[in-house]
Amino acid sequence: MLRFLTRRTIGAAFILLIVAAVTFFLFFAVPADPARLACGKVCPPETLAQARHNLGLDQPIFVQFVEWLAGIFVGREYEGLGHCPAPCLGYSFVNREPVFETIIDRLPVTLSLTIGASVVFLIFGIGTGIVAALKQGKPLDKIASVSSLVGASVQIYFIGTLAMYFLVFQWQVIERPRYVPLTEDPIGWAYGLMLPWVVLAIIFTANYTRMTRSTMVEQLGEDYVRTARAKGMSGRTVVMRFALRGTLTPLATIFGIDLASLIGGAIITETTFSLQGIGRLSIQSVTNSDLPMLMATVLLAAAAIVVLNVIVDALYAVIDPRVRLS
Amino acid sequence: MTIPSETTAEPATVTASADSGGAPVGRSPGQLMWRRFRRDPTGMASAVIVLFFILVAIGAPLISMLYGKDPYTQYGQERPDLLNEFGYPLGANGGISSEFWFGIEPGLGRDVFMQLVYGIRTSLLIALVATIATTLIGIVIGIVAGYVGGRTDYFIGRVIDVLLSFPSTLFIIAFMPVLENLMVKPDEETPVWLRAASLIIFLTVFGWAALARLLRGNVLSLREREFVEAAKVTGASPARIVFKELLPNLWTPILIQSTLLLPALVTSEAALSFLGVGMIEPTPDWGRMFLRGTEVYTDDITYLMFPGIALLIFVIAFNLLGDSVRDAFDPKIRR
Repeated sequence: MLRFLTRRTIGAAFILLIVAAVTFFLFFAVPADPARLACGKVCPPETLAQARHNLGLDQPIFVQFVEWLAGIFVGREYEGLGHCPAPCLGYSFVNREPVFETIIDRLPVTLSLTIGASVVFLIFGIGTGIVAALKQGKPLDKIASVSSLVGASVQIYFIGTLAMYFLVFQWQVIERPRYVPLTEDPIGWAYGLMLPWVVLAIIFTANYTRMTRSTMVEQLGEDYVRTARAKGMSGRTVVMRFALRGTLTPLATIFGIDLASLIGGAIITETTFSLQGIGRLSIQSVTNSDLPMLMATVLLAAAAIVVLNVIVDALYAVIDPRVRLS
Repeated sequence: MTIPSETTAEPATVTASADSGGAPVGRSPGQLMWRRFRRDPTGMASAVIVLFFILVAIGAPLISMLYGKDPYTQYGQERPDLLNEFGYPLGANGGISSEFWFGIEPGLGRDVFMQLVYGIRTSLLIALVATIATTLIGIVIGIVAGYVGGRTDYFIGRVIDVLLSFPSTLFIIAFMPVLENLMVKPDEETPVWLRAASLIIFLTVFGWAALARLLRGNVLSLREREFVEAAKVTGASPARIVFKELLPNLWTPILIQSTLLLPALVTSEAALSFLGVGMIEPTPDWGRMFLRGTEVYTDDITYLMFPGIALLIFVIAFNLLGDSVRDAFDPKIRR
């Protein structure tokens, strides 16, 4: 296990390095000049040159990349702007603060969105999937499969907007989605994010229902399930302890992917519900040509994918004792 | 994953002898697949819907001629009786009338029905070209990685790792302006073809990796099978082995994957347009209708309903079609 984790972590770090390098060189090769942004509207040439020097933009691009990379581990000094402490992902010229602080500021919104929605769609998805598998061919199974088909085909910017229109503006059953920190007001937190959670869950549930159902059907036909039944175990124990365990492996895979894509920026969801999370931040940084901020959001999204990949692979061994990590 | 040749060959004898009743009739796997597909009502129904969408896309100019309107004319701007002073349709339900079947676009006052009909063209064309490109690249790289193996396989595997780790949507949103900066002078307008081409390229670049990985796995297991060994022993060239031995056994996963890829790319394109980096005015496009629809939804929800429902039907039909194609190819998988 330890060897597996070490090897995969090194691999993950390497992938992140490549993603960072590709993004850095592509975006910094752009005519947009961060120094001009930092300098303001009226910008005398001397001040511009000074700003460029302070930000290290007068150096060759490769040196810039190495400095940026070093900043993540040891922090960085910006002349005239101050110190940017250790995980320094650069300095935003639009917000006039280190990028990392803005990310930390916005991350709770995205995490709350992700975690809340995940809880809802995991419970509903797996629950419906189990029921559908046990009632194969019965009306309940048909309803589950039809609704999961529709759910999987729906677009968040469509039903999200519809939900906003009817629930928030027409019938006024719920307030506009907003973010209240969990530590401040747990009920307000859940209430403010309820609508996005449910809408996200409608879309994501479908996948889990389908996957749970098909794997569960397969598992129920396996020898070990038959053995468990033959030993006289109750139906509930067989389903929950044996068949469900075998169902979890493929579910872990898709959950890892979904979780990563949500943490990396639920761009469309946050745009639809006007929530100020990482997704919105990334879009804003594109509009503002805020390259350091954009770099950071790309890197965060890639990190979410890579790290969750490793976690999912390691989880396989925990869930399914037949899996050997090598 | 079971090996396709086995799954298609096995029921071949069963159906052939059961149906013909007397002398066994030889049928190719393709014919068998078609026979099974025809008996699947869901599959046929979804195929009809998909075909309908494609026909509408192809026949858009004809529909425009019969309907007497085009997607570009700003009817609302020309006639004062259609839009109010804020630019919203005066008629009920987004201005739906016998003249404007699906109402009028708020602001510019274009015909919604025509926008929708011509919008299918844009979305389908981009998705179709991207699907074909993605599939071709996926096939070539997947087969090369699986068949050549060794260092090539390792290298391709790592490239796929990196590509699958890229936050593609974010990257496309961020890189689209960059690309335009490089290709278009600041005082010029971005040509429509450039936007379409960039969309196709981006979707392809981030799309092929998954298919290539899947096919590589298939090739790895096929490579060890006797018929490939036999071909090698008889001195068949690598080209012959790839085209005559491997490829015929890979059509099933390829066809299934590309049927599922097309609707995914249609929605990706719509999502990118919704986020403002897709097709540009005045080209009709579903994603841009969504963008406009979400801007005005508090005052005119009708405008959002048409692309929303149309895309929903399209995606459902295509997903069902994909499932039916898979069932027809691989009757062992019964869901």
